Amino acid sequence: MSTPSDSRTRARAMQTFEPHRAGIPPLLPYVREMWGRRHFAAELSRATMRAAHSRTFFGQFWLVLNPTLSALVYYLLVVIIAGGSKGPEFFAHLLVGLFAFNFISASMSMGAASVVGGGRLVMNTAFPRLLLPLSAVRTAFLRFLPSLIIVVVFFLLRVNGVFDGWQAAAGKGAATPLHFSPVQLLAIPVFGLIMLFACGLAAFMATLQVYFRDMTSFLPFFTRIWLYLSPVLWEVETAHEKVKQLLAFNPIFRLFEVWGDVIVRGTVPDTGVWLAAAAWSIGALLVGSLFLMSREREFAVRV
Amino acid sequence: MSSLSEFDNSSADTDAPGLTKPAKEVTGEVAVSVENVSVTYRTTFERVPTLKQAMVRFGRGQKAVREVHAVRNVSFDVPKGSVLGIIGHNGAGKSTLMRTIAGILPPNEGRISVSGRVSTLLALGVGFNTQLTGRENVMLGGLASGLSRAEIMERYQEITDFAELGDFIDAPVRTYSSGMFSRLAFSVAVHMRPDILLIDEALSAGDAQFKNKANAKMQELVDNASTMLLVSHALGTIKTICNDCIWLDHGVLKMRGNPAEVVAAYTDFVKVKQSAEVLEDL
Repeated sequence: MSTPSDSRTRARAMQTFEPHRAGIPPLLPYVREMWGRRHFAAELSRATMRAAHSRTFFGQFWLVLNPTLSALVYYLLVVIIAGGSKGPEFFAHLLVGLFAFNFISASMSMGAASVVGGGRLVMNTAFPRLLLPLSAVRTAFLRFLPSLIIVVVFFLLRVNGVFDGWQAAAGKGAATPLHFSPVQLLAIPVFGLIMLFACGLAAFMATLQVYFRDMTSFLPFFTRIWLYLSPVLWEVETAHEKVKQLLAFNPIFRLFEVWGDVIVRGTVPDTGVWLAAAAWSIGALLVGSLFLMSREREFAVRV
Repeated sequence: MSSLSEFDNSSADTDAPGLTKPAKEVTGEVAVSVENVSVTYRTTFERVPTLKQAMVRFGRGQKAVREVHAVRNVSFDVPKGSVLGIIGHNGAGKSTLMRTIAGILPPNEGRISVSGRVSTLLALGVGFNTQLTGRENVMLGGLASGLSRAEIMERYQEITDFAELGDFIDAPVRTYSSGMFSRLAFSVAVHMRPDILLIDEALSAGDAQFKNKANAKMQELVDNASTMLLVSHALGTIKTICNDCIWLDHGVLKMRGNPAEVVAAYTDFVKVKQSAEVLEDL
């Protein structure tokens, strides 16, 4: 039985540093080193979480308050301002999609800041730099978790008939009213895929940010356009033809289709859809992390 | 003149108080081997690289990057158990060499082999988050420098006792005075018990009383860490605690040998250079 520290010491027993022209370091030792330093990445993320609301009145309660308030804003938008033609099923689709999208966009923005923001760390300690964006994704994930409470509460209220009046006012009901089913357990592996996707994106943005600091200023606009082009605030069936044609190129389209199907509609999508979703997320992970690995040796002189 | 002031502070000829040479044998084994290493990095003089500047540059047909030859074809071995001092003027490549040995910067040419666990003391308080308490930062700083959770817990009491923070250990680090901050950072840094310790001028921490304690701790490190590489402008310290010394000049290994001799040669060289510059100024 070997402890992590043992294996790390052994891995470090003899190290050789040589010029790397090829770009990508040997993957196996890299991954092993990353595994050895996983506690550091976790602690870094934990520290960010603790520090984030340390000087606010509500403190960690903001983690729940945040998604609640944004759910209220969207309720205002969809139900009151849009004239009440959308029922609770649509609202559930919107909440579930938005919370997942917010997770991706948070991973992206925090990932972009991770390497540049960790300047002193990057300058003075040696560790696989991929840990920095991954630690940012962990933080984004922990911030995402409390929003599930809102989703579950909404489902409970709907199932118990609280929103029947809203449903009646909205007119025709959805094909499948919200319900609890074992299919929803599939949301866990689906979120796993979304997470892989977010990791890839975070690593990609982290690397890009080192070379172009303007990235953080572009990012909010890019994220918003991406949100409008994704079936989150609208449903695929009701979308404009031109927007539908673009969907095939949207990396998160298939992921979000599966995500919405299993949670909101309680159906299992076709194998083809699953494969497409998995391909996009694994592809994003590979591209993002390999991009970072091929560049990370330059980080120490660039940050 | 910057090169002058370095010496005024460190009084090259007086020995550092409370420090002696390591009380141990230097074995034949090699801990760090540096073979024909060159480090060239391309860097920009832009404050922060932006897309706009890249486009302006592209329009003008200029190149952004400038090559800096920080270390040029340097070779040396460090036997296990020795304390190697590295001296040289500002920008001679000392810190770059340290970062290369630590694996932070890759060499462009040559090869570096390191046997054993390396710990770096290149800057104080690396990885600290000032919003968090001292206690939490001990964990964070320790993990950042490569210790495992269990190893930190083992040393935890020692670290906090050494930093002498009292109740402040549970206060956010942003409320610390700068002396308290450096005491905590120093304490985290020196309690790592590595095989190879790289130190870059991080020796000054806290007030006079803490300095004595810090010196004692340094002595303990010199005696216990099996190998140590020390970059310093305090030539007195180099002469006292090192048993080996190299002198880097513009990235080139100029001299290697007995610390007293190397320091003497370096001091002579700098004096000659200074008088030449003084003459030029006239």
